[in-house]
Amino acid sequence: MKLPFAITLDPGSSRHNHTGAWRTQRPVYVDRLPPCNATCPAGENIQHWLFLAESGDYRAAWEAILADNPLPAVMGRACYHTCETACNRAKVDEAVGIHAIERFLGDLAIEHKWPAPPCAPATGKKVLVIGAGPSGLAAAYHLARLGHAVTIRDAMPRAGGMMRYGIPRYRLPREIVDAEIQRIVDLGVTLELGVRVDDLPGAIAAGGFDACFAAVGAHLAKRIDLPAPDATRILDAIGLLREIEQGGVAPLLGRRVVVYGGGNTALDVARTARRMGAADAVIVYRRTQAEMPAHEDELREALEEGVQVRWLSTVASLGDGDITIEKMRMTLAGPVPTGEFETIAGDTLVLALGQAVDLAPLRAVPGVAFTRDGSVEVDGALMTGHPGLFCGGDMVPAERTITVAVGHGKKAARHIDAYLRGTTYAPAPKHAPATLERLNPWYYSDAERTVQPQLEMARRQGTFEEVHGGLDTSTALFEARRCLSCGNCFECDNCFGVCPDNAVIKLGPGLGFRIDLDFCKGCGLCAKECPCGAIDMIAEQT
Amino acid sequence: MSDQRIRFYQTGTFTVGNRLLDPSDRAVQASTARANALTSGHRACQGCGEALGARYVLDAAMRATGNQLIAVNATGCLEVFTTPSPETAWQLPWLHSLFGNAAAVATGVAAAMRVKGKPVRVIAQGGDGGTTDIGFGCLSGMFERNDDVLYVCYDNEGYMNTGVQRSSATPPTARTATTPAMGPERGNVFGTGKSLPLLAMAHNLPYVATATVADLHDLEAKVTCAMGIHGARYLHVLVPCPLGWGHPTDETIRMARLAAECGLFPVFEAVDGEVVSSTPIRRRVPVEAYLRGQKRFAHLFDGPTPDPRIARLQALADQNIRRFRLQPEVTP
Ligand SMILES: Cc1ncc(C[n+]2csc(CCOP(=O)(O)OP(=O)(O)O)c2C)c(N)n1
Ligand code: SF4
Ligand SMILES: [Mg+2]
Repeated sequence: MKLPFAITLDPGSSRHNHTGAWRTQRPVYVDRLPPCNATCPAGENIQHWLFLAESGDYRAAWEAILADNPLPAVMGRACYHTCETACNRAKVDEAVGIHAIERFLGDLAIEHKWPAPPCAPATGKKVLVIGAGPSGLAAAYHLARLGHAVTIRDAMPRAGGMMRYGIPRYRLPREIVDAEIQRIVDLGVTLELGVRVDDLPGAIAAGGFDACFAAVGAHLAKRIDLPAPDATRILDAIGLLREIEQGGVAPLLGRRVVVYGGGNTALDVARTARRMGAADAVIVYRRTQAEMPAHEDELREALEEGVQVRWLSTVASLGDGDITIEKMRMTLAGPVPTGEFETIAGDTLVLALGQAVDLAPLRAVPGVAFTRDGSVEVDGALMTGHPGLFCGGDMVPAERTITVAVGHGKKAARHIDAYLRGTTYAPAPKHAPATLERLNPWYYSDAERTVQPQLEMARRQGTFEEVHGGLDTSTALFEARRCLSCGNCFECDNCFGVCPDNAVIKLGPGLGFRIDLDFCKGCGLCAKECPCGAIDMIAEQT
Repeated sequence: MSDQRIRFYQTGTFTVGNRLLDPSDRAVQASTARANALTSGHRACQGCGEALGARYVLDAAMRATGNQLIAVNATGCLEVFTTPSPETAWQLPWLHSLFGNAAAVATGVAAAMRVKGKPVRVIAQGGDGGTTDIGFGCLSGMFERNDDVLYVCYDNEGYMNTGVQRSSATPPTARTATTPAMGPERGNVFGTGKSLPLLAMAHNLPYVATATVADLHDLEAKVTCAMGIHGARYLHVLVPCPLGWGHPTDETIRMARLAAECGLFPVFEAVDGEVVSSTPIRRRVPVEAYLRGQKRFAHLFDGPTPDPRIARLQALADQNIRRFRLQPEVTP
């Protein structure tokens, strides 16, 4: 039979036709830097550990935090989480509760007694760390993990620095601090307490140390002179908090406590005074709420607990059972006195006007220079002018938070390690930012932020019990899954699904995707519909 | 009847898949085992909504029928770009006869399968021109006889294959080759056209549904539901066309999403002639947000003041929202 020509041909597959030749641009999978990671002073890879937590792999998530920060349970409580302010989800609905998840992971590790990952083989190098605060402990942790023998010396009877002697217990329970310090000691770090180092070069030489990291903090209270009939009624905030922690004779605060200053320490003292039975705790601050350096959550909680604030006021003098304040007026140049005075009841005045660094042990060290405002000058590697002597934390010019301190500890450890090996440390270049504009928020379900439980008010005014409760397994999982995974593929399969040309190849769990350039026509749908902005379209070379 | 929405995953509800979801909760398109009934190498334009919609529908139908499926195609882009003889992009038995007779051919194929005692199911598919205009007589007959065929219309709102002419699914004001942006009423005129889903409902079909390529879970659930029913069924899928509508190739899905979110394209399901459910609008937008992205509506925005016909389109959208209860929280 004579068949028409067309039907004599076997059907061939369209796959012979490489339509990829039409393309003028191609998709490329990228990793972008999420805003949370970009702002974390400790350099945590937050998006990454949230990704691990989202699948319920809490141990892996916790270890990912540890790579940058050995104190997750502390940090999840005491960090002021700039990550959450920067979080892209804050502009979609509410920020991911990063600190609450970090705390959950930290507490889980303590509960299960998870040890830190093992240390590298011993290098034979010895490092002296001065100061067992967050910065010193972080440096010691990272140095020990890198295989160096570390000795920490601290003048106080117990380790922790400001985590123990500065931040009140209701914000940071001491068993948490103890557990996280113990985990660092368990790496083989030697802790020598109650030892004040006055002769630094001498201590380094005597111990045969190859390098030293000093992070003794800033605990000299700044004072002002005020006319007062009885100077013992003027206390300093940091000294007061330290004394309370050491549990000696309870300082005589009186029933009406006035705190002068507007930082977090002022709030800590006022809230502590309320817990110690003060009927009135009044904060006197010379500017307005908008300028207050204290964290807004801290202020809100203080007000909830009955702390009062006198904005735009300065302390003029102390009387007998009262304190005279002067009203201020805000001008473009700052607050100016008005000459208008008021007398308020007050038994004690606590000065919370900031702290200075005790530079005495460093004054005589050759090569070490100081800034005009009384910090230690360091280079980009946190090294002082004295080779092998590094400084960090509150001693060097930077924001004074425990997260910054922990970040310094890590940074110093990496540079010290390089110094000991005779090399230099260069951090990996940062990815371009994962901005909200790159995301496709349509794909994220609406999910409100999980609220942490809070202690009832009566116990917040009479006891030092922790104010905030933690998340549990299900709420932590939910909260972790609110993360948008900004700029980093989380395998949602959108690109694989939306390509009209089947040109996205799915490689399997954990392996991501690949573009089949034989067939990709470069329409850009995969990039446009990627929820987290992890695909770029780049022009083909013509 | 609609798919169960999975709540509280970061994206489990709306993305194609999600590594955190049980595979059975992911879309068919998330699976490497999907049929790829329409495979690579086809000659559709970049970002073609119809190519995407056809693969979505047929892969879901393949899964629902255990691959026991034959497709009958009307003439149109979908036929032309997939099957330049002797090559084809179809990976299932596929038949093309004429522009206007796909429904009748499908009826015949279904009858043949019944006679042969084979449990093979039949899908007929075509563009909006092939469905709402030239093929409507055959289709109405297939509906009326309740033949065991799922008819799928891929609606790109015009005769795209022959160069973007107006069809009875072209929306008012849209510019096409036959409704140019000229004269007293530029673009397609108001008061013309028809709604095929409503006409299908008037045949008292056991199942009628609309969907878009922007909501894959919804689309797949409707195909699966339709394949679980015997008799004549109708599915109307909105598939934006970058060339004919004049939007960037990467905006195909976004345009479909905006069409539904502004209310101009209502997404619903009807059983036995009655609307039983509609997909609520999640983030309502004014029609302008949808129109502005497309060159076929550019003449509405080129004057010193907004064209009053935008308000008329908005009124159509508002009517849809009331009629199909697209915003349940807003009482009409
Ligand atoms: C009887 C007949 N008339 C006209 C044509 C030419 N023709 C081929 S495809 C097409 C347009 C198809 O439009 P539609 O059905 O909407 O499908 P689309 O290409 O838009 O997907 C036309 C008019 C034809 N093939 N047969
Ligand atoms: S959504 Fe996740 S990745 Fe994005 S900024 Fe917030 S926590 Fe970081
Ligand atoms: Mg058409």
